[in-house]
Amino acid sequence: MTYVHMGTTALERPTSRGTTQARRRRVVGLSTLVVLLVIAGAVSLAVGARALSPADVWHGLFAAPDSDQRLTEIRLIVQTVRVPRTVLAIVAGIALGVGGALIQGYTRNPIADTGLLGVNTGASFAVVAAIALFGFDDPFQYVWFAFLGAAAAGVVVFGLASIGRGAGNPLTLALAGQGVAVFLAAMTTAVALGDKESLNALRFWNAGSVAGVGFDVIWPVTGFIVVGLVLAVTTLPAINLLNLGDDVARGLGVNIALSRTVGIAAITLLAGAATAACGPIAFLGLMVAHVARYLTGPDYRWLVPYAGLLGAVILLACDIVGRLVVRPSELDVGVLVALLGAPFFAVLVWRGKFKSA
Amino acid sequence: MSGKDLRPSGPDIQPDGAEVRPNRQDTRPAMTPGVRLGTVSFVWRPWNVLITVLLAAAAFLVFCLSIGIGDFPIGLDQVLATLLGRGEQVDEFVIMDLRMPRALAGLVVGIALGVSGAITQSVARNPLASPDILGITGGASAVAVFLVTVSGGTAAAVVNAVGLSAAALAGGLGTGLLVYFLAWRRGIDGFRLILIGISVSAVMEAITTWLLATADIRDVARAQAWLVGSLDGRSWDEVRVAIWGTLVLLVVVGGVSFQFKPLHLGDDVAAGLGVRYTRVRAVLLLCAVLLAGVAVSAAGPVPFVALVAPQVAMRLVRCPTPPIVASGVVGALLLIGADLVARTALPIGLPVGVVTAAIGGPFLVYLLVRANLR
Amino acid sequence: MGAQHTVTEVAAAVDATRLAADGVSVGYGARTVIEDLDVAIPSGVVTTIIGPNGCGKSTLLRTLSRLLKPTRGTVVLDGDDIGRLRTRDVAKKLGLLPQAPVAPEGLTVADLVARGRHPHQSWLRQWSSDDAAVVERALAMTGVSDLGDRPVDSLSGGQRQRVWISMTLAQGTDLLLLDEPTTYLDLAHAIDVLDLVDDLHESGCTVVMVLHDLNLATRYSDNLVVMKEGSILAQGHPRDVITAELLHEAFGLRAMVIDDPVGDRPLIVPIGRAHVQLP
Repeated sequence: MTYVHMGTTALERPTSRGTTQARRRRVVGLSTLVVLLVIAGAVSLAVGARALSPADVWHGLFAAPDSDQRLTEIRLIVQTVRVPRTVLAIVAGIALGVGGALIQGYTRNPIADTGLLGVNTGASFAVVAAIALFGFDDPFQYVWFAFLGAAAAGVVVFGLASIGRGAGNPLTLALAGQGVAVFLAAMTTAVALGDKESLNALRFWNAGSVAGVGFDVIWPVTGFIVVGLVLAVTTLPAINLLNLGDDVARGLGVNIALSRTVGIAAITLLAGAATAACGPIAFLGLMVAHVARYLTGPDYRWLVPYAGLLGAVILLACDIVGRLVVRPSELDVGVLVALLGAPFFAVLVWRGKFKSA
Repeated sequence: MSGKDLRPSGPDIQPDGAEVRPNRQDTRPAMTPGVRLGTVSFVWRPWNVLITVLLAAAAFLVFCLSIGIGDFPIGLDQVLATLLGRGEQVDEFVIMDLRMPRALAGLVVGIALGVSGAITQSVARNPLASPDILGITGGASAVAVFLVTVSGGTAAAVVNAVGLSAAALAGGLGTGLLVYFLAWRRGIDGFRLILIGISVSAVMEAITTWLLATADIRDVARAQAWLVGSLDGRSWDEVRVAIWGTLVLLVVVGGVSFQFKPLHLGDDVAAGLGVRYTRVRAVLLLCAVLLAGVAVSAAGPVPFVALVAPQVAMRLVRCPTPPIVASGVVGALLLIGADLVARTALPIGLPVGVVTAAIGGPFLVYLLVRANLR
Repeated sequence: MGAQHTVTEVAAAVDATRLAADGVSVGYGARTVIEDLDVAIPSGVVTTIIGPNGCGKSTLLRTLSRLLKPTRGTVVLDGDDIGRLRTRDVAKKLGLLPQAPVAPEGLTVADLVARGRHPHQSWLRQWSSDDAAVVERALAMTGVSDLGDRPVDSLSGGQRQRVWISMTLAQGTDLLLLDEPTTYLDLAHAIDVLDLVDDLHESGCTVVMVLHDLNLATRYSDNLVVMKEGSILAQGHPRDVITAELLHEAFGLRAMVIDDPVGDRPLIVPIGRAHVQLP
């Protein structure tokens, strides 16, 4: 095939120097986020109703049990209160961040949140139903229901959105998701209004909190999240291609139905597990996805890891602030994410940092 | 089309290739009939008018039934007599002071939601569009929950002075203005408006959630009922706000409605037909948002009515675009019917929002499935 | 900016001008598409604006029809600055058919054409007997009277365009602006629509079109306006304007211009690299 020289205005490949610079920048950014996360984690271990010095924290984590009253107390606080909530905040933050980035990628809708799949309301409904039917009162008991509810809602929404011609149409997904979410929210209220215990549990659950969850819940939840992350990673290249349009993606060899299914499964696992453990934390996924895109551009192979780390940092930071602001009691992290995150996000929007999609 | 003659075609050739004999007056479809009186004239669409009148009659019937139901049942005939001013005193007290506000609220809120939904869906040309982009619902909800759950002097004083509805409306409008000004930066960009609306709504929701988590459990039930959409315990003060607000806004919508018709053909065509579409669209959207705000203040965020009513009305009246008047009537019928069901058919009294969700959710699924299986 | 070629008088044309642009500059945001352009649209003939992608032909048409506001200069309609006129008054004088118009699902032909009467209606006067008569006539002029009750989206592409043209006719103007009316039509339907446009011109309308297809433009217009990079390269009767040199200058196209064997206009035969045997 002869190549016709088009003159000096021929398309030039981006110089390898340019690409390396971009890649280096992104790696630096990612490392910065990791460092921030570690610092936040350390702060989280030290801060709370009772402030601990770094030495205390060290002792709390690693020292052997001894008879010193004060040190035993410290060990108790660190190991049964601070460490679980820090770990949960990190894990849930990663899950919600990645989930938020993924759902924006799949729905090509810049205002999509994981709540779009009805995950939050599915979990809430399952929680009140479980409490009303079985009288649970320990989070460990109803967390599994919450997860099942979240997963079921996700499956139903995805199933509805996959019928016939609308399959994979982002609008159909949004429509189905909104419908299911509103329906479930009303049903949740209906059940809660009939049963005082579930009403009480519901209102605390809705606030979203990483406190009071033990490792008996955290380990399994982390397991689900890891599976979700693995699934997510496998679909990242496909998302980049899907954003060029279905036809182009298909022409480049993407199995659209498969990657969409895997993607939605990943989102459901991630958001469902996080919501089951912490309660619904709205807005985090949306906000983090936009900020991450601003930092990395539209390449999802970078965007998603950034989103995950950002989610963890922000969630942890909000939890820390929640412990400090009204000491000795605390503000729930779900409330704080919106109260702090939304204005920050609004400022960024105002300064024109985000373009649509 | 295969077999098409390549000679210059034109008025002579019908789509199926047969030739049309000119001036076949008797078989030409009749021009749309008009109603004319002097220089005043309107399009006359008999089916549209008939269905709308029937729906309005149905809504009135349900309204009367709804009034008659309660601890002190009143028969339909007595209800009608009382409404006409010829009822017995005890009936009159029960109906006018106790039952009427609730039933009227149902009608008015239903109309407001139906019209708001019809406008929003028409202007956005998207059946998913919701009139809540300015975060008004979040703001009104936060204020309402605050007043319900926080006891103490100021809260009670506010409620006594202006009523829960007016306060919630003020909260909602304030939030809307806040969003508008936050999004204003050398003009309004639609995308920025939506994102800021979402941010502000998130803050309002967080505040509401926190209020619920820290309130007395008895208040939580009332607040939660309000949040799902409820007509319980509405008094005349609250309904008054809704009635006046809706009336004023309907007048504005009616005035602009004539300019509205060509908008369905697209911005360019509308401009070519002499419509200043940016202005008309802005006025209409503002009315839709305010109507939704008035509705939320009176009854809380009742789900699905604004979505379902225009779609149902469109199909019943056989109109290609959401019809404004019919949507209002369908909305009223839907809401007041749902309230009737909520009060009678269910073992425990539930707020009306639960019933509209129970109807609306499956209906939405039906719409989706139908649209995608075509 | 390219030099203006000689403006040739248009044959059999009235020399009155109803629509003109005077020193007009138009842009989108910071980007200027048209800079200081003058053009006069002669009455009673079919004028077609042609040019390569991005030359500003649609922009010019949209500016002439008041969809776009010029940043400098004025558009003059019947002696008045079009920007100063009320939108409704403009709609009574000028009919516009934009690119790819969309009708809502289920809208019937009669209803769509009836919308064309909007500039003449008011809140109280929404459907007078005049309106009904004009709509009937408009339907008859484009030959779609029998399609009155059919939904617009059930028609073929050619019929749909005829219905839209009918709507602009119902506006009762004799100045028609058509933005790429044939771009999405197959050739048979495109010819059909352009024949109709010619019928309208015969009955006294002034037509301004933007066309993509050079040969259709050459055959169906009496006045060609050739644009390049936001300014007018040449203007005049196709026989005077279409030359191989012009085609190269405007489009970067190598072509041979011959006499159309079935008409009296030039025919453009493009010359590429493959499958050509030059004499």
